[in-house]
Amino acid sequence: MTEVKYIKGYPENMRRLIDTVHKTRIKRKDYSPPAMSKEEREDVLKLHPDFAPGGKRKISIGQNKGDIGPNEVVDLLEAFPLVEDGEIDLSVVDYEPDILIIGGGLAGTSAAIWANNQGIPAEKILLINKLRHGDANSIMAEGGTQAADRPNDSPVIHYLDAMGGGHFANKPDVLKALVEDAPLIMHWLIQLGAMIDREENGEFTEKWGGGTSRRRMHACRDYTGLEEFRVLRDEFRNRKIPNLEFYPAIELLTDGDGRVTGAILCNLETSEYEIVKAKSTILATGGFGRLHIRGFPTTNHYGATCDGIVLAYRAGAKLRDTDTVQYHPTGAAFPPQIIGLLLTEKLRSMGAQPVNKDGEAFVFPLEPRDVEAASFIRECYVRDKGILTPTGMRGIWLDTPLIEMKNGEGTIDKAFPGMKRMFERFDIDMREDPVLVFPTLHYQNGGVETDPEGKTSVEGLFVAGEISGGVHGKNRLMGNSTLDCMVFGRRAGIYAAEYVKKTKRKGKLSLEHVKQYVDMLKKAGIKPERKAPIILPDYRGKAVLARMIDVF
Amino acid sequence: MKKKKSIMDHIAESNKAVTTGIDEKDIEHWVEIHVMGKSYKVPAGLTIMQAMEFAGYRFIRSAGCRAGFCGACATIYRKAGDYKLHAVMACQTRVEDGMFLVQIPFAPADKAIYDIDKESYGVNTLLKYYPELARCVACNTCTKSCPQDLEVMDYIQDAIKGDFKKVAEESFDCIQCGLCAIRCPAELVQYHIAQLARRMFGRYECSEPKELNTRLKEIKKGQYDSAWKKLLKATAKELEKMYAEREREPD
Repeated sequence: MTEVKYIKGYPENMRRLIDTVHKTRIKRKDYSPPAMSKEEREDVLKLHPDFAPGGKRKISIGQNKGDIGPNEVVDLLEAFPLVEDGEIDLSVVDYEPDILIIGGGLAGTSAAIWANNQGIPAEKILLINKLRHGDANSIMAEGGTQAADRPNDSPVIHYLDAMGGGHFANKPDVLKALVEDAPLIMHWLIQLGAMIDREENGEFTEKWGGGTSRRRMHACRDYTGLEEFRVLRDEFRNRKIPNLEFYPAIELLTDGDGRVTGAILCNLETSEYEIVKAKSTILATGGFGRLHIRGFPTTNHYGATCDGIVLAYRAGAKLRDTDTVQYHPTGAAFPPQIIGLLLTEKLRSMGAQPVNKDGEAFVFPLEPRDVEAASFIRECYVRDKGILTPTGMRGIWLDTPLIEMKNGEGTIDKAFPGMKRMFERFDIDMREDPVLVFPTLHYQNGGVETDPEGKTSVEGLFVAGEISGGVHGKNRLMGNSTLDCMVFGRRAGIYAAEYVKKTKRKGKLSLEHVKQYVDMLKKAGIKPERKAPIILPDYRGKAVLARMIDVF
Repeated sequence: MKKKKSIMDHIAESNKAVTTGIDEKDIEHWVEIHVMGKSYKVPAGLTIMQAMEFAGYRFIRSAGCRAGFCGACATIYRKAGDYKLHAVMACQTRVEDGMFLVQIPFAPADKAIYDIDKESYGVNTLLKYYPELARCVACNTCTKSCPQDLEVMDYIQDAIKGDFKKVAEESFDCIQCGLCAIRCPAELVQYHIAQLARRMFGRYECSEPKELNTRLKEIKKGQYDSAWKKLLKATAKELEKMYAEREREPD
């Protein structure tokens, strides 16, 4: 076979199709298909991976027995623990903080800082990370953070936008907390010195997000999460709050009477376990993109493996909205090295248009994410107007040169340095040529149910960020995840601190809840074939795995 | 029913290479890379990270976001017959035949401790916390080793002058991978210096957004209380109607 010939990053056959996009651009510049009606949305959503047949089943044990979840998630809820009662010595305690925070993304780091603000001394807080502090989906957030702070906007309008986007399934009390705290979080960020994009008069630059009725997206170029996070981490370090890296929690500990009292950690490099006894525990472990639900690629970081949900569920926490998963409409579909990586929604909010093989704009660019994603699947697989790549993927053009046409030359350099850099590494210039996209697994909509204080149904256990469920209903809007992390990270930090000050209960350490869970698994006839949490995915080559031997 | 199922199957099939690992039988072109001196035949076109996994490595260190944002997979390589030492992110770089590579998962570096609320916004602040700044010999090694292609030496020169704005803007896309600090002959930790400069700039040189402050006051004095009452009492049907009828601000 001869090598495929590439012209400016694209193989010849794709290059020919790009010509159609160039030719039709001027006609499309001031045209956009109208937003869909409720009925049209419902119709196209039948193609969404959440609603297409198969892929899900009922949870057979625990608090949410009978609820529906993706097979890959239910597999983990119905898996056996890594360690069982009796295998671990719980009498030697290695750490004894007031507040244990598991997971150091935006949510966990916010929680640590606010617990400290609330009077918990730094040395009585412990933040643990599975990988490094900051190896989290938070730092990969590109597009922005929503906050209703312009005069024509209000928290009430923000609420309504999120409620509609979430298909009216959002939990009202937590959603109210989210939108009402948003301006406060923006204020906190700028006090800490975060560089949020500004206009010349000092006001924030605010852009559109899918499903919003006002411009309220605050961005830091296309490195929003990175900038927010590195500022918070720097502040965290200034306060000298203890922090462990490469120490995942493999199980929570309880007092045997329904209260969480600590966790078992595992040093990922030496496999030694350590015991934490804590007066309160905050889970901020993020989501599950690396489970590759329904075989989709993902935007998520290496460690997004659903660990926190598994631990919380075994401890008796109630979950909600486990039946929906968010697929981001615009994951990269070409080149193959970056399949599934996020191309921010901000590209569309600044004018980039989804275009099919024939150069037609076929959908309103800023539908809620599930609707937009489903319409791409329809275009590729029902109407057969997708673009085929050399590796057999089908995708849709995202016409990025329109951004420069609409906002002036140099806009991409200024607003999307990260995106531009990524494509340049593969010889593609997104200022001149469109990029190819297809939906990618992005966000865990549901999760552990909480109240507005971040409390779960289990005493002593708080959650914040993507691990929680309810605030986004069945579908999250752009810009509400980084916000969620900081609003509920802050709240969990504050209320965990308040809880610590009030509680008088003794913290007995046991794995009684795990023992009971294993009994339930056995009673349900589940065979001990799977273990969870899985900690990390495995992408090793099949040929090597087939010849691997255990000698060392 | 059947047709819809096949759509999901087809999508899963076309994504196999990034979700379940690569199957040798699908590969047409191969290259040879050398991981810490050991040679492996790997599919052409993979990233360094994917190629190492294909070869059998399972990462604990040196893999984070896998998308170019976190700096965990800093990697250096040389090619046979070439003196140049390249610095890249393993998740963002295609393998090339004859690469000799090693990963640098950690950079030992001291970060200054300060209180952003009490710090003075003066030309000497950066030098006060990082006096080694004065040791910069302007050799440009930092710039050459930056996988984000930032002008690191330029912003270090601006830092010596105390120009927060320039440092902040030039360093903004930094992913703090540590490669500059590992290579610097003057032993600077460029990315910590830049972090301090950005926070100082963000805090002290960007003016207060007036609209935000107005909104904070409005929320505090309960301006939205009656609207909330109405909204939280609304039935599902009423909510749907309010959502459908809400006006979108013009573009």
